[in-house]
This record gives sequence, structure tokens and C-alpha cells, in this order.
Amino acid sequence: MGLASATIQEVRAGIASGKATATSVAEEHYARIAAEDGPGGKGINSFLALSRERALAQAAKIDAMAAKGEPLPPLAGVPVGIKDVLVMQGSPATAGSKILQGYRPPYDATAVTRLEAAGAVLLGKLNCDEFAMGSSNENSAYGPVRNPRALDRVPGGSSGGSAAAVAAGFAVASLGSDTGGSIRQPAAFCGVVGVLPTYGRVSRYGLIAFASSLDRVGPFATNVRDAATMLGVIAGKDANDATSSDRPVGDYVGALAKPVAGLRIGVPAEYFGEGLNPEIRAAIERALDGLRAAGCAVKTIALPHTKYAIPTYYVIATAEASANLSRFDGVRYGLRADGVKTLSAMFRETRDQGFGAEVKRRILLGTYALSAGYYDAYYLKAQQVRTLLTRDFLAAFAEVDAIVAPITPTPPWKLGEKTADPLQMYLEDIYSVAASLAGICGMSVPCGETASGLPIGVQIMGPHFNEETMLRVALAIETAQR
Amino acid sequence: MADSAGVTTEEVLRVAELANLDLTADEVPRMRRDLSAILGHIAQLNELDTTGVPAMAQVGEMLGAEIESTGASLRADAVHPSLDRAAVMAAAPESDGRFFKVPKVIER
Repeated sequence: MGLASATIQEVRAGIASGKATATSVAEEHYARIAAEDGPGGKGINSFLALSRERALAQAAKIDAMAAKGEPLPPLAGVPVGIKDVLVMQGSPATAGSKILQGYRPPYDATAVTRLEAAGAVLLGKLNCDEFAMGSSNENSAYGPVRNPRALDRVPGGSSGGSAAAVAAGFAVASLGSDTGGSIRQPAAFCGVVGVLPTYGRVSRYGLIAFASSLDRVGPFATNVRDAATMLGVIAGKDANDATSSDRPVGDYVGALAKPVAGLRIGVPAEYFGEGLNPEIRAAIERALDGLRAAGCAVKTIALPHTKYAIPTYYVIATAEASANLSRFDGVRYGLRADGVKTLSAMFRETRDQGFGAEVKRRILLGTYALSAGYYDAYYLKAQQVRTLLTRDFLAAFAEVDAIVAPITPTPPWKLGEKTADPLQMYLEDIYSVAASLAGICGMSVPCGETASGLPIGVQIMGPHFNEETMLRVALAIETAQR
Repeated sequence: MADSAGVTTEEVLRVAELANLDLTADEVPRMRRDLSAILGHIAQLNELDTTGVPAMAQVGEMLGAEIESTGASLRADAVHPSLDRAAVMAAAPESDGRFFKVPKVIER
């Protein structure tokens, strides 16, 4: 039974009925990775490491359960890939950086533990921009990822490998992280579903930190239902992350059965400015027409501080990054520069050799914003504007149940096209960073393609801790495509 | 906000020193150019009057009365096992099994 590129339900049902085994499903996916991911295949370069032994041990466990007729957990035998910013005991964890080369963490991230406890088969670690800093996956020290839908184009970033692996059928689902758009944007570029859960919904324990007040862990899948299943497994309070929420986890899959008729959908005028590609604009208009046809009330809303989201984000995210990345100093893990005689020289040379240009740029920017004389002007100011941006959303969600907007201003660009000008690359994040700053939930779901066949995604944003409504709207958009 | 149109070479070097980064000779002008451009973009935050607006460090505090349910609750103050010391030390570039080893700390 060919279960590569199947859905979670199909894999689970196939194993439960005895038509397939978790072992055969895992082997099928490993065979596809071996044939297509490397330079001898399509050169997608999505996997940085395979955790074959651990995956096959888990698959054998699931097969034994199925053979005994035991009830199977929700992700039984489902092959999943993990972004290489999340730690998995025994597997290398690089965060896409040379500075962590050779590091094998001694513990599992909470999201990883929960996936495995729910029966998932963890195939390996997925490529990403270095320390999740980037919008194209070109900042990985281990080479860029190619977009499976157009091999000469970027898959988006920073979770480029997580999006590409699902789009290519190497994994049924994957985990990524999103600090300023790093799940939603690559999902749109690769034509898959990506979910940014509310801040606090999913534990960050075991996520290599970029910007702690913004970092979130979330799933990729080929369809909304699978994404909802994954979210239900990884969400919930964790004693190891004090910012994880005590709120009960919703029944995300169950919520999908509720029709969307009567929901109020807000369309923020600020997200449809002149920088928006006309084909993306048209695809989103069609998605909105579909929601109207399903009985939603669509109205224009205002998110007046939207234009300040990028400058606010690039102060706060880099400030937090400059503090978080100070731990990479050659003492406890990863790379240490050779032949240095003093401790301070070891710090500097290790960091100079280990960090790539974009990471250095952001550490410098963040250090600048936090340094004496600039703290109030940059960091404090940005924190105040973050309040204004969040108030925009709180006011909007008093009037509407969900917000629908573009997630990317353009379709995926060609590899190398935007690497020379960092500011231009940052401006690509215009539609993703506001939801990150406000802590609300968001997701990207495919809504068509350009005339040349490039995927287009649409963003759905929901109020804090109301993933259910967001997922229902996403399902309605997905259903209208078929 | 400072005159962000021009970050000086001295400022780049000073910030690099604070961040424990050694920049190569060709990195300095490039970082100076990039930081100037990005800070120029960031300067538009000055258009907003934020007098009296509270600073937001993370979202929990914006959800007001519901703060208890947004992650501010603390776990019980009880002793739990930590990571195995041998496993942690095994990942270090240099260790005697009990401690991390580093080059000379006092520079003279």
C-alpha cells in the first residue's frame, strides 16, 4: 500500500486495518527521501539528519500494538519531520548553524516528546535558516532548501525544510517554529498548511531560542484537518515552560465539523496595499467570495499601526536574539575555535567562525538597540508600539471572529534573488510580523496558484486562544478550492 | 532616536566588542551599511507619539485579568531531577567529566 504523501487519517487507518505497517510507511518515506532529497535526486536538501534507528523502533512499537488489536494513538505510525531548532535526544541539533556542529542534545523538546507519545514516527531533523533568522532558507550553514513546487525557487523561511519536506511527500507532517512568519510564509510558498498557535499554547521547552517573547512551535501538514490533529497533540501546559498556558486545549478536529455560516470575517485594508502581487490579491478575493458563499459576513476592518510592525519587530526580535545567542560561546556545546590562548579570545573567535552573516547582523542590531544611550529610543519605543499593534487586534476581534489577509506580498522568488539586500528581505515579512508581535494565532492555507503554477497562501488570524475558529475558516477556504 | 542615517565605523566596532564578535576588515563596512539602512527604516517609529503607552514585553500581560491562564502561573516549588551531568558534559568541547574546561581566564 503506497502511503507516501497520504494524510494522517489514511496512514492511521491503513495501519489499523492491516493494509500497511508503520515500518513499511517509514521505509517508504525514507526511500523517497533517499531518492529525491539529495543532490542525486531533486536536490531539495530538506533533511539535515535522519533518526532512522529511533523511527524504526517507534514504528515497531506501533506495529506491535496494531498486531494485538490495541487502540492506536492519534498519530500512530505517522512519519513526521522536526525542524532542526527543536532538540531530539541523540540526533544532531544544528539550528542551521556551524556553531552547533556536532552537538547532540541530551534531551527531547516537549513538542517532540508529545508527538512521539501520540504515536508519531520521527524521521529526522529539517533544514532551516540559521537560528531561524531568514525568510528564504538561504541563511542555513548547510545549504539552501529548494522549493519542491519550483526547484529554482526558495521554499521560504525560516522553516523552509519543514515546509518542503511535507510538500515533497517526505513526511506526512512536520514541526516548525515561527518568530515573525517562519511557519506561515514557507507554508504559503510550498503550497501546504502551516499553523502559528497562540503564544503560550505550545511549550517552547527544547526550542533553541531566537526571540523568547515571539518564538512559537507549530505544525505543517498537507491539509487543515491534519494540522488540527497535530496542534491538538502538541498543545498544552508544560511545567518546563513558564510561559505555556494553563487553558484547556480545544478539540481542534471536532471544531472543524461546525459550519462557518454566520462567522464575521474581517479584511484589513492595510494588508492590501500597492506592494501586493495582483495574482495573490485576486486569489484572496476568490477565497473571500467562497467564505461569503458559505454564509460568512465579510467586512473591511482597520489595523492602523500595521506599517510599524516591521520596524517594531526588527528591534524586539534582534534585541532578544542578541541576549539569547550570547550562550553560544564555545564552552558548553558545539564549536570551539582552536589555538586560542585566553577565554575572551575563545569567545570572539568561536562566534566569528561559527555565526553566519545574517546572525551577526542581527546580534549587532540587537546589541545596538539595547546599548547605553539607545535603549529608550529603540527598545522601549518598540515595546510601546508593540502595545499599539496588539490593541489594534484586540479592537478588531471585538468586531469580527477571524481576520483574512495575505501572508506574503509576492510568490516565492528565485534562489539568490534577494540575498544582497537584507532590508529588502526583511520587508517581505510585512504581512506576518504583526500577528507575531500581538501573540494571536494565525495560519496559512493554500488558495490557488499563479499563472506560472507557483503556490499562493492566504493567512487566517484568530483571537488569542481561539484556534478553533481560525481552523474552521481555513477548512472552509480549503473546501472551496476542491 | 539618534541620527540613524549614519552608523559610524567606531559604533560598529564598539557594538561588536559588546557582543563578543570579531568582525573581519571586509565585514565592518558591510555591517555599517546594512545597520544604517535598517536603523533608517526603524526611525519611522518616531512618527508615533507613544507618551503614556505602556511597554509590552510579552502578550500575557496584555490579556489583563486572564493573566493566570496565560502562563503566568508558577509550578510548585519542588525539587526535580535535572539533566544527567555526564550526558551534558559529553557534549562539551572540553571537559574533565565534572566541569567545563576553558582557556586561561585572567589575562595578563
